[in-house]
Amino acid sequence: MSEPTRLAVRKTYKLFIGGAFPRSESGRSYVVHDAKGAFWANASQASRKDARDAVSAARKAFGGWSGRTPYNRGQILYRIAEMLEGRRGQFIEELRTAGAGKAAATAEVDAAIDRWVWYAGWADKLGAVVGSANPVAGPFFNFSTPEPTGVVAVIAPDSPLLGLVSVIAPVIVTGNTCVVVASEPAPLTAITLAEVLATSDLPGGVVNILTGRRAELAPWLAAHMDVNAVDLTGAPADLVPSLEEAAAGNLKRVLRPEGEDWTADPGLGRMTAFVETKTVWHPVGV
Amino acid sequence: MSTETLTDAPGSNAELRAYLHGLPGVDQVGAEERAARLATRSIKTTAKAAAIDLAISMVDLTTLEGADTPGKVRALCAKAMRPDPEDPSVPKVAAVCVYSDLVDVAVRALDGSGIAVASVATAFPAGRAPLEAKLADTRAAVAAGAAEIDMVIDRGAFLSGDYLKVYEEIAAVKQACGDAHLKVILETGELVTYDNVRRASWLAMRAGADFIKTSTGKVSPAATLPVTLVMLEAVRDFRAATGRRVGVKPAGGIRTAKDAIRYLVLVKETAGDDWLTPRRFRIGASSLLNDLLMQRRKLATGVYSGPDYFTLD
Amino acid sequence: MSEHIFEYAPAPESASIVDIRPAYGLFINGEWVDGTDGRSFKSVNPATEEVLAEITEAGPADVDRAVTAARTAFETVWGPMPGRERAKYLFRIARLIQERSRELAVLETIDNGKPIRESRDVDLPLVAAHFFYYAGWADKLPYAGFGPDPRPLGVAGQVIPWNFPLLMLAWKIAPALACGNTVVLKPAETTPLTALAFAEICRQAELPPGVVNIVTGAGETGKALVEHPGVDKVAFTGSTEVGKQIARAVAGTRKRLTLELGGKAANVIFDDAPLDQAVEGVINGIFFNQGHVCCAGSRLLVQETIAEELLERLKARMTTLRVGDPLDKNTDVGAVNSAEQLEKIRTLAQIGEAEGATRWSVPCRLPEQGFWFPPTVFTGVAQSHRIAREEIFGPVLSVLTFRTPAEAVEKANNTPYGLSAGIWTEKGSRILWMAQRMRAGVVWANTFNKFDPAAPFGGYKESGFGREGGRHGLEAYLDV
Repeated sequence: MSEPTRLAVRKTYKLFIGGAFPRSESGRSYVVHDAKGAFWANASQASRKDARDAVSAARKAFGGWSGRTPYNRGQILYRIAEMLEGRRGQFIEELRTAGAGKAAATAEVDAAIDRWVWYAGWADKLGAVVGSANPVAGPFFNFSTPEPTGVVAVIAPDSPLLGLVSVIAPVIVTGNTCVVVASEPAPLTAITLAEVLATSDLPGGVVNILTGRRAELAPWLAAHMDVNAVDLTGAPADLVPSLEEAAAGNLKRVLRPEGEDWTADPGLGRMTAFVETKTVWHPVGV
Repeated sequence: MSTETLTDAPGSNAELRAYLHGLPGVDQVGAEERAARLATRSIKTTAKAAAIDLAISMVDLTTLEGADTPGKVRALCAKAMRPDPEDPSVPKVAAVCVYSDLVDVAVRALDGSGIAVASVATAFPAGRAPLEAKLADTRAAVAAGAAEIDMVIDRGAFLSGDYLKVYEEIAAVKQACGDAHLKVILETGELVTYDNVRRASWLAMRAGADFIKTSTGKVSPAATLPVTLVMLEAVRDFRAATGRRVGVKPAGGIRTAKDAIRYLVLVKETAGDDWLTPRRFRIGASSLLNDLLMQRRKLATGVYSGPDYFTLD
Repeated sequence: MSEHIFEYAPAPESASIVDIRPAYGLFINGEWVDGTDGRSFKSVNPATEEVLAEITEAGPADVDRAVTAARTAFETVWGPMPGRERAKYLFRIARLIQERSRELAVLETIDNGKPIRESRDVDLPLVAAHFFYYAGWADKLPYAGFGPDPRPLGVAGQVIPWNFPLLMLAWKIAPALACGNTVVLKPAETTPLTALAFAEICRQAELPPGVVNIVTGAGETGKALVEHPGVDKVAFTGSTEVGKQIARAVAGTRKRLTLELGGKAANVIFDDAPLDQAVEGVINGIFFNQGHVCCAGSRLLVQETIAEELLERLKARMTTLRVGDPLDKNTDVGAVNSAEQLEKIRTLAQIGEAEGATRWSVPCRLPEQGFWFPPTVFTGVAQSHRIAREEIFGPVLSVLTFRTPAEAVEKANNTPYGLSAGIWTEKGSRILWMAQRMRAGVVWANTFNKFDPAAPFGGYKESGFGREGGRHGLEAYLDV
């Protein structure tokens, strides 16, 4: 008699809020299919209340995270790269299930790992590159430094790993915290990435990830008065005007890039979009 | 600063303010760095054994709950006299600290043990009561046999700049204490800055405090190493200025032998060996005692012990 | 009430964590090789005078081999490699240092004489942080402000001192590699062991052969390295005297040069200073690393109004310094690095006494073996005294006084050196006023001897030129 085939233990994909993995409070989920159209898994379908909880978690984490030394934040982002490298095979597998070829999947995972490394290095350098000592005309010492904006709502693009990493890393490296709405058609990799984040010494609440309907979640986040900025990279084009209008309610900083090439040098733009410049004056005298 | 200035009663709030604000400032970063560096001292073997016994002898074993009963206080007193029933070589603690209405229970339970009864007074922990009530509270505790009074300062008055009111209350309570020793609780968690801690320390010492104490234990943060460092510097400097040696008592949040030893290191390297005695240094604590006992047994037996082997009182 | 005695028992860090080989070769092109002319010297534990290992003395032929290896690695591997990949090598090195930090700290203490508390809590964390920091620059050079495509220089010849052996190695190697250069590094002859351990770390990181080469030896080896025609860049940390020799040697060549040399820093204390922290700052300024610090606060300038009180506090604090076994975790002041340095300190202290300054040393018992000097303060020092002008590079503090801020500035700047300065006052505007006038590359206010890879460090005047650390530190290794 032959050995019975072993039945695989499937993973339940849940949300990532405040460092924990809760199901949606709404109890809803939606089916995600693999590239061949077969059932892959149920993703949690987050509600506005989940979004609200995620914003609370991000706000709670902001003081601690922005108060860390840049060196420490850099170490943690680098740790994320290490953890992601350790699960390289798993991510390649997931991207292939979603339809990518082997070479493309491998390249995307490698680029995503290197992207964390790139941003890790910025933690203690951005201030030196975009800050300044200002030669004002008078007996004053005057300097400007970048400071994190606060809680950033991120509507992630459909690039399931590289695009996702490319929008999260620049937001948190400077000390912001975020609520991310994952790609609607490809949400599962985001939750697997959350498992990486959860094991990288990243404090709970710095990154919160929701899966579900963008059209349902994005308006609540764009209008939320305790959210300071919104990244509309992955927002459906027809929603953008109304999201921008909602964001005006508390003058959120809005990033609305077009035609992003995730394989290109990321530049500074995604970091500087979510920092405030603070200028300090101090007299000079005996 | 001349000795006369420091023993005379201040004439006015303005004078007291000028005096307290004339003290050297405390740089937060530097003070915390110094405390953190001293916390890296490595206290091992014989030094650890001596430190643990010294720490036990400095404990003010404390219960300050609304739910305290005579039974609870008696149990604590039994623990104070013989912390480890299996080992008579363990020193007894310095004092038992209770609310004023339970002083008589503690006095009877500790009779003849040489362990002092300390009582919190003056509307502990908030201190929000008329002066007469605070003095009555103090007198009642002393009359019931308390040898030590732990009073709280009026933090509201201090923070609003009414230093004279704080001074006069301390002086009045000191008088009400008679022969009892007065510990003045600054509640450093509410004073927040180290500059305030230093000023409040000098204010209390000048008003007659025998001890200055960090905290009630009801406010977070309670005792911390840097706060205690600043207070130890104050008693050291006060002695240099007046010749009088005032004690220091960190209280609240000190739960492990490791913590307690760090405080002893601070004492040794800041105020000096003269303060390494229960007469000038106390630790206000409750759960700390069992950890000290547990570490003491580890040193004696060579194996780690567990909480099941020590009494919970 | 019973009285208990509480004195610290010995708390020695275990030396068994390190594995010192009886003899070391040179690390060239990723391999351990013997020296061509078979010469060697000994590295000694300055706290015990025990011989630690036999070290190869590299001659000109060895230096040539190392430079050639570095050149080949630069041209074939390291120079062409994308910054993104160079970065990952440096991150690996940073992590390996973090992982082996206790071992390296113990090794540093054994070879150098510095207290384990400092090698463990200061040197090693800074070493790892420095590699971590410059790793991050390797793929960001176009953002550093030196143009859109800054190029490396080529082969860097680097000579470092004995006071912070591994830290100075990190300050030299990390930015050089991040910018795409390859290096030949010569550690000091009295402290080569951690550099040789670093060679092993390069192997663990699988760094391509020839990117880092370590040649051991004394002044002659260093001379051969900086004078080698195949070297594009010379970086030196050490004495001003040798720095000048090197500047003469590279004069007329196309070599780039950066120098980090001596100092005679003024630590200025005003009467409104936070006194307890100022005393700590003075202690840390001059007794950190036995005073073997180029930026040590060796001149205390104190306002006359508080001079007496401050000195009293300072002496009281000095008596609590624990001098002795560097491996004891409670030691504050360790051994002087060499017999030669001890002799220099003794000579200058004697000169100080002969010139009429008042000497006070901490009454502490010093070990019989090894090289020791007690923490010492000279009062009544005048600007004209040699102990106020010359770098002692030991635990010796000279105290002078001043009356006004202008006088403090004048005295502080009245020196050929200009590496660092300290200011202590609770008044912010005065800090900035003083800082603007100090002719020094680093000014610490209400703190002292602080280092961070993100902050540039380096001197004015005869303290050298070029900066190490921060964005500015890249300039020394880029063709700009």
